[in-house]
Amino acid sequence: MNNNNARNLYLIPYVAWIGLFVIAPIVLILYYSFFDIEGQFTFGNYVKFFTPTYLWMTLSSFWYAFLITVFSLLVAYPTAYLLTRTKHKQLWLLLVILPSWINLLLKAYAFLGLFGTYGFVNAFLELVGIGTRQILFTDFSFVFVSVYIFVPFMILPIYNALEKMNPSLVYAAQDLGASSWTAFRRVVFPLTLNGVKSGCQAVFIPALSLFMITRLIAGNRVITLGTAIEQHFLVTQDWGMGATIAVFLIIAMALIMIITGNRKRGLAR
Amino acid sequence: MGRNRFSNIYLMLVFLILYAPILYLVYYSFNSGGNMHEFEGFTLDWYKEVFADTRLLIIVLNTLVVALLSAAISTILGVLGALAIQQVRRRQPKNVLLTLNNVLIVSPDVIVGASFLILFTIIGIKLGFVSVLLSHIAFSVPIVVIMVLPKLEEMSTNLVDAALDLGASRLDVLTKVVLPYIKSGIFAGFFMALTYSLDDFAVTFFVTGNGFSTLSVEIYSRARQGVSLTINALSTLLFLFTALLVFGYYFLNRRKALAVGMEVKQ
Repeated sequence: MNNNNARNLYLIPYVAWIGLFVIAPIVLILYYSFFDIEGQFTFGNYVKFFTPTYLWMTLSSFWYAFLITVFSLLVAYPTAYLLTRTKHKQLWLLLVILPSWINLLLKAYAFLGLFGTYGFVNAFLELVGIGTRQILFTDFSFVFVSVYIFVPFMILPIYNALEKMNPSLVYAAQDLGASSWTAFRRVVFPLTLNGVKSGCQAVFIPALSLFMITRLIAGNRVITLGTAIEQHFLVTQDWGMGATIAVFLIIAMALIMIITGNRKRGLAR
Repeated sequence: MGRNRFSNIYLMLVFLILYAPILYLVYYSFNSGGNMHEFEGFTLDWYKEVFADTRLLIIVLNTLVVALLSAAISTILGVLGALAIQQVRRRQPKNVLLTLNNVLIVSPDVIVGASFLILFTIIGIKLGFVSVLLSHIAFSVPIVVIMVLPKLEEMSTNLVDAALDLGASRLDVLTKVVLPYIKSGIFAGFFMALTYSLDDFAVTFFVTGNGFSTLSVEIYSRARQGVSLTINALSTLLFLFTALLVFGYYFLNRRKALAVGMEVKQ
């Protein structure tokens, strides 16, 4: 009895938090998606979402998020792998994570300087004879800066997965005659797949909803779902349409979690 | 040998790119010319400007106050939450609680920001300090729970039983046995909440209104107006502050870990 009371006391503030800040906001988003800009009940927002403009935007948003995730993975996996091989790996890992603690805005701002017409990168291109290019406000700069920002979040789970792996498994594979590549492909990679999956989750979902990078670096050329939501909520004040896009983003997010999360849960049980 | 060299070069390249933007900002913060591409001469003018800009200093203060307050409050809520979740024995409700706990962590910032904006408007909370503080508390609670819960789960129930057998009250058990045991998790949670709050832009941007601003929001609006080396000076100071905080935390943790004789696992 006593035990139960204590538990209820702990539960009250926490459950209140869940109700107010987890459940209520989701319900409110769903509720608002049925109202138009004049406050009339409507299904119009959903109809509008299935017009080519919004579908195209959704598609391109997914495409960019996909590109960002793939490039992050390509950079992060070798980095994480090599990090586990260094002396003082904890310290190196900390150095990888440190930039992710620097304010996101400042890093994006730095790229304005680096990629600008007279910036460092263009000076370098000039020096090697390629000549000045327009780098800022292109797809390239958008994907590059996004990858730059997300890479630590990909490195961390992969690093953890690699650390957890028993190294004798690799030795065993090599003893059995596997080349390093085969050992990597058949033993190391499958064993770290969960790390890869949570890394992809940690990159793909935020990449779908980026909005300040699109504004600062891509110069409004790239419109992601995140940019559209921000636009509807803070600029045009069409909360209903913004909420509708948010509903689809939540659905997409849930699907991604189910697809990438299934296996992990299966293993845990 | 050759392979080793190749991997070193790769790592060096990654570190170079990771730190390039930061070093770039730091370097040009000392530039007497007003831009980020031609270094004319060394000056500390931009730093003087930062310290002379009272509006900016107030914003820095705001950011710190919000971060410290929200981290403290969300740590208390998070610890209570972790205690509550840990005591739920049946698997189904426990999983439901854990899933709900993680919703805000995995949700895109834009959605968290937009839904909080709706929430505050409906409840009638004026956008400004209170709404920013509340939303920072809201998104920090689950992080604290996640940092504290594993510590609680690894604690042997024998410890609690023994204390109860020896006549300790429930409160004694909590303050003298449980809390000291999970102390490292609580500190980690507090620290994470602090950094999340300091770093947050998207959520704050939605709920900040007109009068109140935090650093991220201010940098965003200044950066959209174009390059100004005061931002460079400011970011250099912030970088030093963050680095100090992170390394301080790391070495403190290491010392403690060495004293106990085991390596810290993040």
